[in-house]
Amino acid sequence: MFAAGIFEPFEYQFFNNGLVVATLAGALCGLLGVFVVLRGMSYIGHGLSHAVFGGAAASAVMQLNYFVGAGIWGVASGVIIGRIARRKLIGADAAIGVVTTASFALGLALLNRYGQAKKSIEAVLFGSVLGVETADIIAVSAVSVLTAVIIFALYRHFLFATFDPEVAQTSGVKVAWIEALLMAMLSLTILVTMRVIGTLLISALLVIPASVARMTTNSFARMLWISPIIGAVSASLGMYLSYHLDTSASATIILVGTTMFIVVYAFTGLRGRSRIAHLHHV
Amino acid sequence: MTADVLVECAHITCAYDSTVAVHDAHVTLYRGDFVGIVGPSGSGKTTLLKAILGAVTPVEGHVTKKPGLRMGYVPQVESVDWNFPVTVLEVVAMTRTAGRFFPRITQDERDGAIDVLTRLGLGGLENRHIRELSGGQQQRVFVARALFHRPELLVLDEPTSGVDVRTRHEVLHLLADLHDEGMSIVLTTHDLNGLAAHLPRLVCMNTHVIADGPPLEVLNSDVLERTYGAPMEVLIHGGMPVVLDQGNTEVVRRLGGLA
Ligand SMILES: Nc1ncnc2c1ncn2[C@@H]1O[C@H](COP(=O)(O)OP(=O)(O)OP(=O)(O)O)[C@@H](O)[C@H]1O
Ligand SMILES: [Mg+2]
Repeated sequence: MFAAGIFEPFEYQFFNNGLVVATLAGALCGLLGVFVVLRGMSYIGHGLSHAVFGGAAASAVMQLNYFVGAGIWGVASGVIIGRIARRKLIGADAAIGVVTTASFALGLALLNRYGQAKKSIEAVLFGSVLGVETADIIAVSAVSVLTAVIIFALYRHFLFATFDPEVAQTSGVKVAWIEALLMAMLSLTILVTMRVIGTLLISALLVIPASVARMTTNSFARMLWISPIIGAVSASLGMYLSYHLDTSASATIILVGTTMFIVVYAFTGLRGRSRIAHLHHV
Repeated sequence: MTADVLVECAHITCAYDSTVAVHDAHVTLYRGDFVGIVGPSGSGKTTLLKAILGAVTPVEGHVTKKPGLRMGYVPQVESVDWNFPVTVLEVVAMTRTAGRFFPRITQDERDGAIDVLTRLGLGGLENRHIRELSGGQQQRVFVARALFHRPELLVLDEPTSGVDVRTRHEVLHLLADLHDEGMSIVLTTHDLNGLAAHLPRLVCMNTHVIADGPPLEVLNSDVLERTYGAPMEVLIHGGMPVVLDQGNTEVVRRLGGLA
């Protein structure tokens, strides 16, 4: 199976770049995934990645910088989606689905019409390690540091607002701000990791590590470091295996994560299972 | 507003999408009040509490609060996510989140939280996960969280639902003690005889307010029938109203009991 030498992939700059971005992406998605999983909003990760795709395509066509164009689009749609979801209106999830899918379709159409080749569409859908540039490494590092600092500093605010937003609000926590911040961080995360992981699989990376972490612990604080570790390990292992197996990096990352999920599910037995049984929408 | 008014709901209407949950309700809460809100399921009790807290904004009318009023809220247990990974101590410390940064719960906070927990008979349970408690203990953890904020007005949504008679007495005694110490309390309940009849003031509602006053005045068959839409009889026993559900005699007959 390992036709190439064990250390061979590390000889390539593109692989090392991809590995750094994927590992950070795994850790970042693992960290924010804790909130996604505990609030049962995995559909938001799915929707946001599709919305960001539209923004990415539009900025490509308008020859805007990817991070600027897709970033503004992504953060704006993230905050709006968060608002709609929180108001619990009937049909909110349908509205989110329609809007984000439309954004996705618009992106596809723009790329078809004005676009570059089929290849770039494929790269955005499934991710690609080949196109990773220094700018990606800087972007994903910056978002990781920013996210970690924000969550550490506002830890108790995030905990209260996630557990019980209404009471948090009446106890003086600025819940609307916390939510907007969370959605903005999620959008930025999707933005900086999408080129490697791809639109279609990013929501899985937001859900799997956090679900595995949930099975192993009953503590919110511990989840916040176990989940990023699981995300980083699946991402780096998946990247490495994909080189040897000649498979898509993002697909391999998700498969490694899924394997971890199954192993932990089997080993934690009923206790672990009951902990995730109540997670909605996962 | 006079000095003793804590919250005034002035003819408020609250709605979700197209469901009107509360219609034209006028309720004033005074310092020292101990008020029970009763009414059938879906009659808008929780919504009224949330309007008092400011978690729901009325579509008509307005809620005025005494400036700087501190409120503690104990949610209906059914609305709590018991699977959420938090310990008892973390839950209690939540109400002192505003203005605090970083994860650490200070020694001061920890001591304060343990004091409140001990007072509620939950000493030694601070590191338990909230799922690993009995129903009565779970209920009291949320009372502890509300008290930790040192509220002037304590708002409880069905504090005795799903607990046994003894726990209900414990909760009632605790609330009576808090009330004696000067706390103002408003709660909702489905338990007319076990809880509502013991309170100094009741608000009967079914989307709108049907009656507001002491139990001896409002617990009568006319008000109850308008509130619950079912015939009920009221006896006075030892100076206290006792509500009899006439539907019961019909059920007993059909099931062949009490020949
Ligand atoms: N978040 C919500 N979204 C939409 N409708 C709601 C929401 N919360 C409550 N309702 C509706 O508003 C009405 C009043 O609900 P509310 O929870 O205030 O009743 P309640 O008196 O507390 O009932 P219960 O005794 O069962 O707790 C009901 O018809 C309910 O279906
Ligand atoms: Mg209710």
